[in-house]
Amino acid sequence: MQEFAPDVLVAGGGNAALCAAIAARRAGASVLVLEAAPRFYRGGNSRHTRNMRVAHDTATANLTGRYTEEEFRDDLLRVTSGATDDDLARLMIHESKDMVHWIGAQGVRFQPPLSGTLSLGRTNSFFLGGGRAMLNALYRTAEALGVAVRYDSEIVDLAIDDNHFKAAVVLENGARYSVPARAFVAAAGGFEANTEWLEKAWGPSAGNFLIRGSPYNRGTVLKCLLEKGAAEVGDPTQCHAVAIDARAPKFDGGIITRLDCVVFGIVVNRHAERFSDEGEDIWPKRYAIWGRLVAAQPDQIAYILFDARAITLFMPSLYPPIQADDIRTLAARLDLDPDALETTVAGFNAACRPGRFDPEILDDCATVGLVPPKSHWARPLTTAPFYAYPVRPGITFTYLGTRVNSEARLLMQDGRAASNMFAAGEIMAGNVLGRGYAAGIGMTIGSVFGRIAGTGAARHAQD
Amino acid sequence: MHRTDALAEGDRVMTVCNACRYCEGLCAVFPAMEMRRSFADGDLDYLANLCHHCGACFYDCQFAPPHEFNVNVPLALAKIRAQSYARNTWPGFFSPLFARNAVAVSALALASLVGFLAGFALAGANALFRAHAGPGAFYVIMSHHAMVVVFGIAFLAALAALAAGLAHFWRGISEPAATLASPALLAAATHDAATLRYLDGGGAGCMNEDERPTDRRALFHHLAFWGFLSCFAATCVGTIYHYGLGREAPYPWWDLPVVLGTLGGFGLVVGTPGLLLARLRRDPAIADAANSGMETTFIVMLFLTALSGLAVLFFRATPAMAVLLALHLGIVFTLFLAFPYGKFVHGLYRFAALVRYARERRTLAATPDRGS
Ligand SMILES: Cc1cc2nc3c(=O)[nH]c(=O)nc-3n(C[C@H](O)[C@H](O)[C@H](O)COP(=O)(O)OP(=O)(O)OC[C@H]3O[C@@H](n4cnc5c(N)ncnc54)[C@H](O)[C@@H]3O)c2cc1C
Ligand code: HEM
Ligand code: SF4
Ligand code: SF4
Repeated sequence: MQEFAPDVLVAGGGNAALCAAIAARRAGASVLVLEAAPRFYRGGNSRHTRNMRVAHDTATANLTGRYTEEEFRDDLLRVTSGATDDDLARLMIHESKDMVHWIGAQGVRFQPPLSGTLSLGRTNSFFLGGGRAMLNALYRTAEALGVAVRYDSEIVDLAIDDNHFKAAVVLENGARYSVPARAFVAAAGGFEANTEWLEKAWGPSAGNFLIRGSPYNRGTVLKCLLEKGAAEVGDPTQCHAVAIDARAPKFDGGIITRLDCVVFGIVVNRHAERFSDEGEDIWPKRYAIWGRLVAAQPDQIAYILFDARAITLFMPSLYPPIQADDIRTLAARLDLDPDALETTVAGFNAACRPGRFDPEILDDCATVGLVPPKSHWARPLTTAPFYAYPVRPGITFTYLGTRVNSEARLLMQDGRAASNMFAAGEIMAGNVLGRGYAAGIGMTIGSVFGRIAGTGAARHAQD
Repeated sequence: MHRTDALAEGDRVMTVCNACRYCEGLCAVFPAMEMRRSFADGDLDYLANLCHHCGACFYDCQFAPPHEFNVNVPLALAKIRAQSYARNTWPGFFSPLFARNAVAVSALALASLVGFLAGFALAGANALFRAHAGPGAFYVIMSHHAMVVVFGIAFLAALAALAAGLAHFWRGISEPAATLASPALLAAATHDAATLRYLDGGGAGCMNEDERPTDRRALFHHLAFWGFLSCFAATCVGTIYHYGLGREAPYPWWDLPVVLGTLGGFGLVVGTPGLLLARLRRDPAIADAANSGMETTFIVMLFLTALSGLAVLFFRATPAMAVLLALHLGIVFTLFLAFPYGKFVHGLYRFAALVRYARERRTLAATPDRGS
């Protein structure tokens, strides 16, 4: 292959990678982006996103009110239960204010919040046309600046000597070659598409998980770095998983396979038994636990059941619900034991206390004497037709990553900072997001640390 | 369930989009889609004609082909749009004309040309190849009265067919007639149509060849559209001059009908090749190949109308005038007669769809929230 030794080599082609590449190029470095995916699938999970969380002191055309740094930090501390590096978190939150303008100057356009997500309109800025539109703008800008991009180019190995990056080994359409560079930015995402790795962490049940995003995020770069001396961060045994339609494809089903109807019905497992409180809290606060709840059920499958009264209460989704005029027929269509399902539904119906149903608030429709209870929105399933969605755990992202300092420089297992290696995006998200999730923070991490990493890498390469 | 495969595909694609909604900010189609949970044929006809084919949602879509969800909104809606033109045609037995538009329009143009030439010759064979000048010079060749009768009939026939098609379309999308009678809604739609509000990718620009928003169709359409209106206005002013003021064409170059006609002619002569070029450069992925004949025919006819009109203007004092005039009149006659049976109806149905959207925009209700 042709010999090209850029100042800065960027691994990955998503939001973090492109922000790093643009920042490095703007700082005067020559930059090569290596993207494992083909051109259409470029941009990993960033393709599937729709917004980013940004602090701001006043409302703007696209953000409905102020969202201070303190409030952002409070939210982060709450969702992570404190599993965050406070210095990095403060830095990220502070930088997010300027980042949204910077990324706008790179051609990314924003719009007011999407309907159905109005509650995020104050804290999150939405990409006009979604994540792929955002990436198209970044690629356009990067290419106009002279950043070189190679698709179908997976980094399969790294030459690292004494905490110093030498070269990356690339596999491009069957050809293997080595790319030396003065500085390296690891922005290759998580390892959620690597089933073997997932099975190591979660056991064989992980084989039944669906991957919501890119099939190209196999964690090869992360694995190389960890094997070659980078310090790790984040819980290796955790991932962000939600319950998505079981009929979704194994990879890349994206946002549209999500289901928002758990709170309006009951959820049963393969034995037609309920296993958790479906109405514990409002859905935006609870959706992220259902992936793990379903993962703990036999065969990692569950069924959301509801009746005709609920069908218009939630966002439409990709696949039509499975439908029947009575519970027994529905059970047969789902391959569940009709007697068991009838017993479960009858028990639930009998336990529903009359109340004033209101999907907008934590209402007083609860069950009495039922285990597990349903604390809100509990209405007996009595109005035919009856509906069901089969669901499986769908992985959004993984938490394990590489440790970095405030320059987005890799920290090594020996405690030193790497001389010329940086990381940005999901591959280092565990530094600020050790647990939990707050909508839109993945893109904030990528853009803020991508920009810092790119600038730092360019400075190092030119010294 | 659906009348055609194209409508079934439209339903499928809109169902995907309705679960996603990332393109909500791009145009009117997506907010209109969100007001529905299912998509009947009438809904799809409406959404298809609301779409301006700006291309943005195709290149912004994470599920576009080669993704297995195979979401291609511009193409799916273009196919439905073309079918809606044919289906709403009046009289109905003319609907096959859309599929064979180029042949039909060429034949009509040829026949008209021959007709005008023959008519001129019969009127006075020796007048045909001589130079004429001064007021009334055109009417030596064809009497003003004959022109008014011939074109009046063609114009009224086209108008009647367009009105019948519109009524059919309106019933098909199940919108009450009252919506079309609201001045406020008509004004809103006129504004949106005149500015091509939704031919801009939500502010990012249109896409045509690839994901770069470099497309200039909106500009060329403005040239063609306003050029056409300007030519039409020239004709109206000429008629007023003739009957109201008793002044006969040809008018001097600085007079209103000539100025409007010349400006309009130039607008069309520049605008239509721009649109044609965009059509030729279009990414095949979003081009509705099956209907490109109809669209190209419309563009070419507009171009020829303008070109022949300008030729009459520049060569009106030479012996070529009579032949050029026959050419121009033949083309204009064909253009008008073919209006209800070709791409021209896009303006009508798009306008109608914009009127309905103006009404729906007012009633946009909030949808349940869905976290992230
Ligand atoms: C359905 C869905 C919706 C989401 N919505 C949002 C949202 O609205 N807001 C938000 O903030 N977050 C959202 N997220 C999370 C968000 O996608 C990630 O946090 C974010 O995209 C991470 O960005 P990144 O650049 O680090 O990684 P990615 O965007 O995943 O990019 C990783 C890149 O590395 C490439 N790559 C991988 N391995 C190699 C290799 N060995 N060699 C070369 N290249 C390689 C991949 O092809 C890819 O281009 C969502 C996730 C999913 C799945
Ligand atoms: C209500 C008014 C109108 C609207 C909203 C409108 C809108 C549009 C749009 C969005 C397109 C691009 C997509 C497509 O090809 O369908 C288009 C194409 C076109 N329009 Fe219009 N239009 C209007 C009236 C007119 C009129 C009056 C003319 C000229 C007589 C005209 C001439 C054209 C031409 C030549 C094309 C290109 C066709 C093609 O490439 O296939 N339009 N119009
Ligand atoms: S075109 Fe694609 S990205 Fe846009 S709304 Fe439809 S499915 Fe979503
Ligand atoms: S092509 Fe443009 S106008 Fe048509 S639906 Fe897509 S974004 Fe809207």
